[in-house]
Amino acid sequence: MDSRRSSRAVIDPKVRQVGFFTSAPLPPDRTQSDPPDPIRSPPLADASSPGNSLSPVMIPPPRHPSDSLLRLPHSPSDAFPPPSPTTTTTSLGDFSDDVTAASSPPPAAARVRGRGSSVKQQGAASSFPGGGFEVPPSVKAPSSVPASGLTTVSVVKLPPGISVEVQSDRALNSKPLKEKTSKAERRAIQEAQRAAKAAAKAEGIKTPAVTALANAKSAKSTKPSPQRNDSAVVVAASEKKGGDRSVEKDRKKDVPHPRMQYDDKSRVQKLKKRSVVKPTEARNRVELFRHLPQYEHGTQLPVLQSKFFQLDTLHPAVYKVGLQYLSGDICGGNARCIAMLQAFQEAIRDYSTPPAKTLSRDLTAKISSYVSFLIDCRPLSVSMGNAIRFLKSQIAKIPISLSESEAKATLHSDIERFINEKIILADRVIVKHAVTKIRDGDVLLTYGSSSAVEMILQHAHELGKQFRVVIVDSRPKHEGKLLLRRLVRKGLSCTYTHINAISYIMHEVTRVFLGASSVLSNGTVYSRVGTACVAMVAYGFHIPVLVCCEAYKFHERVQLDSICSNELGDPDSISKVPGREDINHLDGWDKSENLQLLNLIYDATPSDYVSLIITDYGMIPPTSVPVIVREYGRGQLWI
Amino acid sequence: MPDTQALVMTFLTSLKNATARQTAELLRSVISQQRVPYTNQAGALIDAVKAVGEQLIAANPVELAVGNIVRRVLHIIREEDLSLTTAAIGELNLSAVSDDENDDDRDGNTTLSAAAVAAAARSTLRPPSLQTLLEDTPVSAAVPQTSSSGAADKSSRSRKLKHDVIEAVNELIQDIVTCHEQIAEQAVEHIHQNEVILTLGSSRTVSEFLFAAKEKKRSFRVFVAEGAPRYQGHLLAKELVARGLQTTLITDSAVFAMISRVNMVIVGAHAVMANGGVIAPVGMNLVALAAQKHAVPFVVLAGSHKLCPLYPHNPEVLLNELRSPSELLDFGEFSDCMDFGSGSGSPLLHVVNPAFDYVPPKLVSLFITDAGGHNPSYMYRLIADYYSADDLVVQRRAIAGN
Repeated sequence: MDSRRSSRAVIDPKVRQVGFFTSAPLPPDRTQSDPPDPIRSPPLADASSPGNSLSPVMIPPPRHPSDSLLRLPHSPSDAFPPPSPTTTTTSLGDFSDDVTAASSPPPAAARVRGRGSSVKQQGAASSFPGGGFEVPPSVKAPSSVPASGLTTVSVVKLPPGISVEVQSDRALNSKPLKEKTSKAERRAIQEAQRAAKAAAKAEGIKTPAVTALANAKSAKSTKPSPQRNDSAVVVAASEKKGGDRSVEKDRKKDVPHPRMQYDDKSRVQKLKKRSVVKPTEARNRVELFRHLPQYEHGTQLPVLQSKFFQLDTLHPAVYKVGLQYLSGDICGGNARCIAMLQAFQEAIRDYSTPPAKTLSRDLTAKISSYVSFLIDCRPLSVSMGNAIRFLKSQIAKIPISLSESEAKATLHSDIERFINEKIILADRVIVKHAVTKIRDGDVLLTYGSSSAVEMILQHAHELGKQFRVVIVDSRPKHEGKLLLRRLVRKGLSCTYTHINAISYIMHEVTRVFLGASSVLSNGTVYSRVGTACVAMVAYGFHIPVLVCCEAYKFHERVQLDSICSNELGDPDSISKVPGREDINHLDGWDKSENLQLLNLIYDATPSDYVSLIITDYGMIPPTSVPVIVREYGRGQLWI
Repeated sequence: MPDTQALVMTFLTSLKNATARQTAELLRSVISQQRVPYTNQAGALIDAVKAVGEQLIAANPVELAVGNIVRRVLHIIREEDLSLTTAAIGELNLSAVSDDENDDDRDGNTTLSAAAVAAAARSTLRPPSLQTLLEDTPVSAAVPQTSSSGAADKSSRSRKLKHDVIEAVNELIQDIVTCHEQIAEQAVEHIHQNEVILTLGSSRTVSEFLFAAKEKKRSFRVFVAEGAPRYQGHLLAKELVARGLQTTLITDSAVFAMISRVNMVIVGAHAVMANGGVIAPVGMNLVALAAQKHAVPFVVLAGSHKLCPLYPHNPEVLLNELRSPSELLDFGEFSDCMDFGSGSGSPLLHVVNPAFDYVPPKLVSLFITDAGGHNPSYMYRLIADYYSADDLVVQRRAIAGN
């Protein structure tokens, strides 16, 4: 281990940094200790960038380390200078203080030295978010690289942030670091996680939909005493047992929070009190879906519009996005996620911390209120949930010493980075992978309108591949028509049909490309309703089904059917057929108690029907989804 | 027979919504107006019906029920002829014995006629065999000599044949009319309390079936898939709600999501083929596959007039009808992005709107007809009861007859 690390001393950190691409890099580190650095760091970044661009992007960030990372980097400067850990006593500072206290002296020493060389080290650190951006998607090596990356990580078992420090330390002293360090650090990490989880739980009660990483509350409970630093070794030793136990607990807490169940009356009441939109409950609710919100559609919009001037707590950008969700102007996992993040960006830009409050706590609360507004407009998609988790963890990571404008700049760039790396670049990689699966003469079938699939088809067309596209559409959204229009404009040869005729058209199809709203860790593909039908028929005809989904949409939840978790659309759109006035049998249906109209939005495709999932980490079988979620997901979600 | 010709013509124009009953009624009037010669009435009737039937089938080959009825009427004529012939054989044997001795002049004639009757009896009595199929002689050609004897009983016989045939066709019409009720009678045997039933589109048989169970105080819920692009499901949902049934209308794409909570799928059919395959409204194969995946029984209700004696070959294409694309896309909607002038001449955009789906027999759990419930593998035998093998191919015979 040692030898390996020393041999790679120069490249290693960079590789990790780039690998860290999935998770958030170390913005706190950068922003905190060189706040005015935007100017100073670029040259340094440049210095390290050549190696950076060469290194594979896809080294997986180790999951626990990355978890701790959010606290560790800023902890040295914050908490370590021995004399005054408590002078800056905010809860966040305390918390991180605790983390460092748990770790043993060697790293402490390293840090002290690291501080000495802080410029260099931080320069390196700051370089890699940029590096992450610059690396073109083509550099991303598919599956083989992650494999090797995995081994490295498992051998080193060090959080990237720490390893950076350690190596810089070694560079200075050429004193080999011992394994002990990493062990102690791991323990520290576990502690940090435990605290974070506790915090998340406390927060989670408030905002059930999104697990926030707010640490405010738990920090009180883990408030350290300054002298703990001195007796760090002892503490570390004494905490060994606790640490072991905490691993178990961590595992348990990995289970995602139960979702809001709308048949739970008390909680629905609570929710109603808070909500802005105040939707009216649908009258004829479908019995099977009592646990999902079923509201009258079309009623919220006017109410919301009338409330515009009363909603002073709401940022206009968020409000606008909420309305767009409500009216259906923005749909599709990626589009919704990007719109939300950009709205948050604007909201953060205009945000100013109220006096006597801290940015990280207040902003988290603010974001939570925005999120609950957005939920009122339309239930969150998995992609949005993951993005919100990312954002909250980034807010939580902001060191207390950072000035407000810097913190805001950091968050702004974090969001930008998330959009770029997780969505835009990821799509480009997916396209690159998927195009290899299209041959001349193929007949490709796609269902609905998926942004990833559309890019794939267009790119394949631009490459001059000869193929035909079958677009299968379904009521009531008719998303396929829009896709059809765009593809026909581009000159692709298309066939359009409804999902009823899928068995008829499947005879001539050679590949099925599907988009997904989310891929769950049992391999279930959660996507627009009808996807399961298409996949099933394709499976019956022995035609490969390729699901295109960015990795940030993966989720550790599991699901077996489409009933336990779903979203219900406007029931009126079922009874009316646009353009067919003769279909009016159900006018006035709502008078009858016996008739329910069910407009499902999603369904769950069993993994048996899926041949391949194309994601930004390469092409994987559905059985490998939990691996991705485990190895990459947490880095991104929990940073 | 110009008047029947006119009837046929009006029928052909209205064939879009032709039903089995109308076909049978049409054929009944064809038979009743057909002037029957003294000799070979059966042959004449068969020829007439075949000629009309050929026109009907050619007008809309996908409307299999029409062909079925034509074949069944032919079968009826044969059956009636057969029963009369067997009766005649008994009489003839007696008369032949008495004639034989006192009148030599007519001897040859009688023996000939007796032989002819025997031949006719053989040809009608014989079960369908390879030999009858290979003997391509039209029945009309075989029968001519049949009844050249005894003018007195001939006239009564001819009247009797026509009368019997019309009587039988009336019975057939009655069967078609009452088949819904007969099928619905079996509903309580299949639907239990709190059952969840899924159906697609609308079928009179299905709605009657569900109503019958409802009237027997069974309470159950029904999921109705709307059955785009005809949206017949809306109609069914409305009827069910009017009868007080708990009904949930879903889109066709939600079938897979909901099927896991369904106990039974009950659907109607357009036609049932001899191999047990089903021609059904488009989207049915989807439902059947989903039902199979979740081990939900897939029950097809079909009146006996929907049983088709043909074995399908490539039914998705050959027994299908491609309807107007305007049901899916407005013609104007895409005119702006269609560039007709350029390219290889083949348009970039195709719209496929088939009317029917083929459900293979392995996906069907049970057929419920007015003759009871049957396995798909048994359908060929059930069908053999209704049709005679000579009529399976109507066109060829008719052309040969012409």
